[in-house]
Amino acid sequence: MRLLLYVLPGLAIVALAFWAYSENYETQKSLSRVRDLQRQIGIEHETLAILRAEWAYLSRPERLRDLADLNFTALGLMPLLPYHFAGVDQIGYPPEDLGPLNGTITLMSETLP
Amino acid sequence: MTRTPLRPLARILDARQRGENPDAIERENLRLRHEAMRDSARRRAEGRLVVLAGAFVLAFGVVGLRMGLMAAAEPQEPRAELAGNPIVGQRADITDRNGRVLATNLSTYALYAQPPKLIDRVGAAKKLAAIFPDLDEERLVKDFTGTRKFLWIKKKVSPEQRQAVHDIGDPGLLFGPREMRLYPNGRLAAHVLGGASFGREGVNSAEVIGVAGIEKAMDDTLRNPARGGAPLVLSIDMTVQSTMREVLYGGMRLMNAKGAAGILMDIDSGEILSMVSLPDFDPNDRPRPLTKGDAGDSPLFNRAVQGVYELGSVFKIFAVAQAMELGLVGPNTLVDADAPMKWGRFTLREFQNKNYGPLLSVSDVITKSSNVGTARLALQIGPERQKAFLDSFGVFDPTPVELVEASGAKPLLPPKWSEIVAITASYGHGFSASPLHLAAAYSSLLNGGTKVEPTLLKRDGAPSGNRLVSERVSRASAKMLRQVVLEGTASFGRVPGYEVGGKTGTANKPIAGRKGYYKDKNINTFASVFPADDPAYVLIVMLDEASDNSGREPRRTAGWTAVPVAAEVIRRTAPLLGLRPKIEPVAASGVTLASE
Repeated sequence: MRLLLYVLPGLAIVALAFWAYSENYETQKSLSRVRDLQRQIGIEHETLAILRAEWAYLSRPERLRDLADLNFTALGLMPLLPYHFAGVDQIGYPPEDLGPLNGTITLMSETLP
Repeated sequence: MTRTPLRPLARILDARQRGENPDAIERENLRLRHEAMRDSARRRAEGRLVVLAGAFVLAFGVVGLRMGLMAAAEPQEPRAELAGNPIVGQRADITDRNGRVLATNLSTYALYAQPPKLIDRVGAAKKLAAIFPDLDEERLVKDFTGTRKFLWIKKKVSPEQRQAVHDIGDPGLLFGPREMRLYPNGRLAAHVLGGASFGREGVNSAEVIGVAGIEKAMDDTLRNPARGGAPLVLSIDMTVQSTMREVLYGGMRLMNAKGAAGILMDIDSGEILSMVSLPDFDPNDRPRPLTKGDAGDSPLFNRAVQGVYELGSVFKIFAVAQAMELGLVGPNTLVDADAPMKWGRFTLREFQNKNYGPLLSVSDVITKSSNVGTARLALQIGPERQKAFLDSFGVFDPTPVELVEASGAKPLLPPKWSEIVAITASYGHGFSASPLHLAAAYSSLLNGGTKVEPTLLKRDGAPSGNRLVSERVSRASAKMLRQVVLEGTASFGRVPGYEVGGKTGTANKPIAGRKGYYKDKNINTFASVFPADDPAYVLIVMLDEASDNSGREPRRTAGWTAVPVAAEVIRRTAPLLGLRPKIEPVAASGVTLASE
């Protein structure tokens, strides 16, 4: 009984030491992974900034205007001018559906005496 | 421990035999027992104290050790933090009001050399000169073979150039990381943005500092790390700015002008939606300031803010508005406009020696741009009241706009505001102000009569300024300006769908360094407001030395030069601002009903 009392804590200590040891290495690994990720995030941020700058450069109004002029035949883009606005009543809506023409059609001339 | 009985039988019997009191033995034993109990209690208490002291020493020892460790340890970034560090650039971006990038950062490299480490000094210099055509080979050779230990070769290199330098393969040529400021839109808002350059430089990094424009004026804000990299949002609308620049540039070329400026301002909030000054420059490659000659001829010169000119008749509306505000006249009151008018030794004439008199309604004084009419009104108002009125519009102080150049552009005033100054000031001569002053003053007058401070930063809602004129006067002024376009000097300002109102101003340029004015050099201004029935925007267009040469003789008045350009600006920008044109009713088609 007494022997068990001495051996069990000893075993527990060994087990805990092993657990702490492996946990320590896990932590180190996680930390270095976090560091790598953070460095990667930093690089991605930088890339993002470069892409944003490039996007701004490629979509600068001067270039877009030149492109619109060059491709006028294909796109027909032109500056927004006052006459491009229209009233709602000026919009051509699709015609109302007349319904299927499957009934008997009576000609007007037939009804006349 | 053996317990001693209090009354040991042997000693009691002994004592009884000797005739002594046996109780003495009991008391003696009791005393001994008490002493022993006391001693053991003390020992236990002392032991506890020692343990407690030990615990304290340990606890404080740990705290002290930790403090010492922290004080001595190298600082380290917290590694286990969750959020990544979002601040990449040391300088915040600048965007337009819709979030489109106007200025951003780009990481690049600076090239430097350590001549002692160079292997082939002459060869390296030759190859470098081949990569960078702007470098002087002889100078490089001299630097490399001399006594210098360190020199900068290029502040910014492109990735291709960097690779080319790598390919030279000399260990004495080294790169330092740099952050450079990039303006992707080039010249678009050059004068607003200004430019940036490097401040203190080290091998591993360099400070990016603003050198002009909003970059310098807001330098602290842009570099403030507490903002967490949030961009600075300007009031500029990039689309409108681009359109304005395009139209103004075309107008400047067509009208043979030397320069042009345009400002579009939100009438209620004072936000500048577009500010253009031509000629302009590329802020990515900012030119050097002129070392001789007139600074106003440099493309760096911002005509819209720095250019203080005598702007001429555009200020007439203020004389009329004040006269109405004071109750001296109404829009239809007749005033004496008999030209020429004599005042002391001065003679006042109208444009081309015309005479609009003898009597002219106040509204027609503006429509026909009568100098004599406004002069009479100015005399009725009096110099002091006139000066105070103009001052309340901020015409005499530098504009508070967020540009570093703005504080230097102080309007030029005559030292004494006499009656003759009041007369000339009533039609915009004798004192100088910038187009931005004019824009702010027109906004304040026409938005219902409350003071507007011009700004380049996006505002949430319109701040309520002091009341300068009543709403009635503000509306009447807008109506008069509308009349100028309908039947006055600015008839080219009509834009179908938009009710444009405005006032032209043609002023001869003063001869630099001498008294007098050039006969054939004008500053032409058109200060306009649209739509006139419910003013929303103020547009100032100014052309420098414009002349329309399409006719038999050159026409240099604002009505022929600045007004058509402004009309085109409004035609192009108003739809972009979301203003719907008033659609004139379409004439009924020629269908007649059969029943009729």
